[in-house]
Order: sequence, then C-alpha cells, then structure tokens
Amino acid sequence: MKFLCVDCDHVMDFAERQIPGDGTLAAVFTCGSCGREIAMLTNPMETQLISSLGVKIGGREVPAQPMELARTSLEGGRDDAFALSEDIPLASGGPATRGEGTSAGEATAGRIVWTSEAAGRLERVPSFVRGMVKRIYTDWARERGVSEITPDIMDRARTELGLEGM
Amino acid sequence: MRKIRTYQDVTHDTDSGLLEQVLDQQNRLADRLAQVRSVVAVASGKGGVGKSAITANLAAALAARGLALGAADADLNGPSLGRMLGVSRAQLADRASGVEPAQSPSGVRIMSMEFLQEEEDAPLRWREPSMGGFIWQSTLETGVLREFLGDVEWGELDVLLVDVPPGTDKIRRLLELVPDLDQMLLVTTPSETSRYVVSKSVRMAREAAVGTVALVANMVGHTCPECGHVSELFEGDGANRLEEESGVPIWAELPFDPRFGAATDSGTPLVITDPDAHSSRAILALADRVEEHVGIRAGDTAGRAGS
Repeated sequence: MKFLCVDCDHVMDFAERQIPGDGTLAAVFTCGSCGREIAMLTNPMETQLISSLGVKIGGREVPAQPMELARTSLEGGRDDAFALSEDIPLASGGPATRGEGTSAGEATAGRIVWTSEAAGRLERVPSFVRGMVKRIYTDWARERGVSEITPDIMDRARTELGLEGM
Repeated sequence: MRKIRTYQDVTHDTDSGLLEQVLDQQNRLADRLAQVRSVVAVASGKGGVGKSAITANLAAALAARGLALGAADADLNGPSLGRMLGVSRAQLADRASGVEPAQSPSGVRIMSMEFLQEEEDAPLRWREPSMGGFIWQSTLETGVLREFLGDVEWGELDVLLVDVPPGTDKIRRLLELVPDLDQMLLVTTPSETSRYVVSKSVRMAREAAVGTVALVANMVGHTCPECGHVSELFEGDGANRLEEESGVPIWAELPFDPRFGAATDSGTPLVITDPDAHSSRAILALADRVEEHVGIRAGDTAGRAGS
C-alpha cells in the first residue's frame, strides 16, 4: 500500500497512526515535497483485514510477541491458558503483595522492577494476554533506560506504542 | 488523461514496512522449522475419514520409538488432537522466545486451539467486527496457524505432524506456510466419494512438489469381534482405484475397529493400549514407512531424543 501525491509525483511517507478504540484506524501520510497530509481512515472491517495479517501500519514499535495474533483476536480465550514464565519483580520498599523485592542495585544493573501499583494494574490485564503485555512494557522501559515501571510509565508507553486496552 | 505511476513503478517505500513485517513472519517460521527434521501433514480434503485419530496414533507410535515428536492441530474450528492424546486443558509456559507446547503422556509435544478456549462447547469466534468475516477470517486463521507452527517452542524435533482439517483449501493454507513440506499422508476410505475428493488433494500435493505423498486407506472392512467375519463397510474400491490412477502408494490399510475410536476418545491411542490389534499393527507399519522416508531410525536419534 502506497500513497502518491499526484501533483508532486512523490510517494507520501507514513507520519502517524491513531487507534481511537472503536475498531477504526487513522493513518496519516505526508508528502515530503509539498508537505500535504492525508489521513487514511479504515472502517472496522478494513481494520480487521489489516490486523488479520499480523502487521501494523506504520511499522512495529515493539517486536511481534509469540502468538500475538491468536491472543489478541480470539474471543473467549481461556484465562489460565498461559503461565507467566517468571514472577514480576517488585520494587523494594513498596507494599509488595507478591514476588521478591528487588534492591536498587539490581534495578540499575539492568533488571526492571515494578511498583506494586503498576503490578496491580498489570494483574487486571486478562491473563490470556498478560505475559505478552508485561514483556512489551518491560522492553519499552529497558530500551529507554527506565529501571522502575510505575503506572505513569505504563501510560507513557501505552500512548507511545498505541496499545489500546493494555 | 494524466499518467499516474503504478505501484510497481514506485520503488520508494512509505516507511510503513508492511512487506518487511510479513517477511519477518516468514523468517521466524522458517527459523523455527529449521529445528524440525521432517514436517509431515496428515490430510485428506474429505471430512470424517479419521485423520485426527490416525494422527494421534501415529504420533504416539513414533514417540514410543524414541523420536522427538510434535503434533500441531491445524483444525482451529474443530480441535481434537490434544484430547485424543490425553491432554485437554494444559497451561502453556509463556516466554519471549515462544510458547511451550503441552506434552502428552506418550511424550508428544502438542499445540491445539483446545488449550486456548475457555468453554469446551464454544465455537471458535474472533473479536469484532462480526460483519465481513468472509473477507478476513481465512487470513486471520492462516496467521494463527502460522503462530501454531512458528511461535511454539517445539525444540529439536524428528517429526512434526500437522493434522489438517477437511477441505483442499486447508491443504493449500498449510502449503503456503510450509512450501517445502516433507511428507503428506492423504487419508481416504474405499468409498467412491472419498476417492473423488481425495484425488483433488493428490493433485494439489503433486503440483506443490511435496517430497513424498502417500495414501492411508481407513475403514477398509470390518472384522466382527465375535466371529471374525470380515464385511465391507463401503461398496466400491475407491482407495485402490485412487492408488492405480494416481500412482500414489497406499502405505497402510486400517480396518474399521470401534476400539480405535474409543481409545482416542479416552485419550490413550489404541496403538499404546493394544499394539497387537489389527488397526495398531497397520499404524505401526505406517510409522515404519514415515520413519523410512524421514531417513531416520530410532538408533540414530536416540541421543537427541534422550538429551
């Protein structure tokens, strides 16, 4: 799929993607020659066709997760189908409810820790996709040198990555 | 009229990278299957011929010989392979490198839609939108099958069996994902209708240059458990006719045996519970042929299977 600025005979570049949460999608493309912008708007059926390919318009911000398509598409997924391969490392000093506390030294050494509030929020994500969502947040934090995941960090990552419902 | 360049004329990409994402998917699948010595499809094109029960018994038979065995249930809408091998509600370990498959008591690593659905009697449903499913559903299900094959940590396998649902389109779907399929076992019955349908699958497998294609004739006669009298279940000689007309050999003939179905219903294939049964002996003979064409014997795989 390519968009051509007819006046300039210039291929338009992807600029922005928005997922309003109603099943539709908006993708903005810009002409690098004249600056004109257009928005491609897809209805829910068209959006589904694209997502059925397992691809993201505008490219992927995070690597594809194992069984991502099945987990994000299946209706009635079994809540305990997937077991997290490791506990969530909670930041020390917080009201830890599960997992081991982690020292600041460990965090700075590259281990990402979660505050209890962030861990609690992650707990509310259906377990069918929880492991996948946890990895996405952790990878996002690691790439930016963030050692502690808080609800605010989750919001920032969600906005940046366009993770509706995560 | 203005001359507008065509898609092919435009070499500059839009930075969306859709093609690259699809190629990444294909590379991930190829990398995963590089650890598998042989991918063997059990298909037919025809429904109700016993593909899944034969897959379950063949998997158990090969695993019992010490081969590292995987079994992927490509029947997303009517999954049964896990149940037939004694696993119904497995919890799958979730790692960044992939999802750990379930393991049957007979040592077969399994992936099936059965493990992902909450309600046993729920038909397979995908999220919204409900309209236009005919447009995207096949694409989505092909993608999910790709994940079953490529996102599951099968590890090193001697054989990965794929239980393919009815319909030649489902065979094509698998061939698009695994174009270098090693073997395809096409299950048929003596009925003329089965011959007619399976002949289409034979042609498809040939056109796709599948490494080895063979027939498995199921429900060939019925032996009375009381008196031993053999009676025919189907009029006609469709399986033999198909062999003669297509030149595709019959590797195994299984008689109809109610215990064959009852055993897989209970989660333990008959080849395990009664290896001397007529059906079990046919399955063991089939396992011999599959193993021969993989080019492996238990002796030269013991190290890897045991490691």
